[in-house]
Amino acid sequence: MQIYLPIADLPVNIFLVLGMGLAVGYISGMFGIGGGFLMTPLLIFIGISPAVAVATVSSHIAASSFTGAISYWRKRALDVALAMMLLSAGIVGTATGVWLFTELRALDQLDLVIGLAYVTLLTVVGGMMIYESVQAVLRTRRGGPATLRRPGSHTWIHGLPFKLRFKRSKIYVSAIPVWAIGFSIGFVGAIMGIGGGFLLVPMLIYFLRVPTATVIGTSMVLTLITMASATVMHAATNHLVDAVLALILMVGGVIGAQFGARTGQKMRGERLRLLLGLLVFAVGLRFAYELVVPPDDLFSLRYIGSG
Amino acid sequence: MQRLATALALLFVACIAGPASAERLVVSLSNHRVAVTSNFVGEELVLFGTIEPDPVRSALGPPYDLVVTVTGPQQTLRTRRKQRVLGIWVNVDSREFVSVPSYLAVLSNRPVIEIADQETLRKLQIGLNYFLLPQRIGPDVADTVADDPFRQAFVRLQRQQGLYRESSNAVTFLTPTVFRAAIAMPAAVPTGNYGIEVELFSQGKLVARTNTALEVIKAGFEQYVADAARDHGLLYGMATALMALMIGWFASVVFRRD
Repeated sequence: MQIYLPIADLPVNIFLVLGMGLAVGYISGMFGIGGGFLMTPLLIFIGISPAVAVATVSSHIAASSFTGAISYWRKRALDVALAMMLLSAGIVGTATGVWLFTELRALDQLDLVIGLAYVTLLTVVGGMMIYESVQAVLRTRRGGPATLRRPGSHTWIHGLPFKLRFKRSKIYVSAIPVWAIGFSIGFVGAIMGIGGGFLLVPMLIYFLRVPTATVIGTSMVLTLITMASATVMHAATNHLVDAVLALILMVGGVIGAQFGARTGQKMRGERLRLLLGLLVFAVGLRFAYELVVPPDDLFSLRYIGSG
Repeated sequence: MQRLATALALLFVACIAGPASAERLVVSLSNHRVAVTSNFVGEELVLFGTIEPDPVRSALGPPYDLVVTVTGPQQTLRTRRKQRVLGIWVNVDSREFVSVPSYLAVLSNRPVIEIADQETLRKLQIGLNYFLLPQRIGPDVADTVADDPFRQAFVRLQRQQGLYRESSNAVTFLTPTVFRAAIAMPAAVPTGNYGIEVELFSQGKLVARTNTALEVIKAGFEQYVADAARDHGLLYGMATALMALMIGWFASVVFRRD
């Protein structure tokens, strides 16, 4: 059944889009991520312009992370104070990202920047995740504990001023790295159409030593608010959010996420991280391939205005 | 008497030498309004028409040729060319096509190049190769030769989208003076006012022309959403974000397991 999308200006098969929402939702529920880094490329692949895809996916991620955040809230597994701190910088990052997005679109280089950003981020982060989880898997094979405790390993980050105490996460850190992380997640999210959960979770663990109990819930709250505000900002400045497309994606996404979460809970943590690492890395390689291989058509059209 | 003789003589001259007024074209479109609704997947319109022939010419000459040119609302598009820079493919060069039709269909009963000579086609802007597609080149706006790489790429890309088309069998003569033309509108057809120019040729010369119009509009829910997104961006964004929260909350209630 075809449905015409009013902003993307093209008809799509409603079941195809619903299926994409389900599949990405399943993966996002399994790993506790938003899944934007999968959804945006998929939408571009079915013919939706990159700009509309990025803007619309932000609302889809807002929906799925809200579902997640509610369930973590019920388990008291999120740190509201830390999330709000990250958020204050995240909003600034999102606004900067939306502004740069508009500028790059005018310069015809948006596709390139989105492509390059995907390649660098996904291959680097994916590679690091694979490395880390393979080490963990090997350690369990040898009979050791899966996670390596690094007691009191204070890095230069812990020497920075403006220290704050986050009770729920039981950490005492400087506000500077918290703001830096919040800003970069908001910024990257607005440009790439990703929630940044797969970036935020490792950053919080490795830089701020946030315990695993609160990290996913906290990341979901942040993702929810940055993506909801990205939706509003994209709609207000670029008029590119397709509400019909967003609705179909959301419905598929939230259902898929429930089943994904069940599968995820049955798997061992390091196996799950390895799988996610491989997935992230593969998507990164796919983008690299597209940039390096000669395109089928050297020419492309872009709409400037009417009249 | 003198005056009557002059009038008769003029009428006679008009009949012989005034080909533009000799034939008359009467056309009718199957539908003057195309509504883009949520289940729109494209549409085919039919243009019917008759030629009131000129007795002298229809007795003498071969049958008529007919060209229908449909043009959509004007828009400005940029054609970009990728080049390899430091191993990756980047848009380096671009040309802006200013105020060109967003939809352009040239429909005829045989290839336009067989209907009239190139000079006539260029003057009347008939055929994709002869239609004026002005590009911004530095401070000037001008059309280039038909084999300019950017112009060719532009036309090719628009054809791939189904927005530009040239069909030499879309006009069918049911009798020597009654014809029908099929106008195909793809799913991604731009909304706005369309002009339809119907031109009748005989032996390579334009003998009659007429025009009609149609309108493509978004209807119902599609229009409501598109208008809201354009005119009330902030409110629309907030409504979409709220919708996301509602669905997220709803899912957590439905699937709650504790």
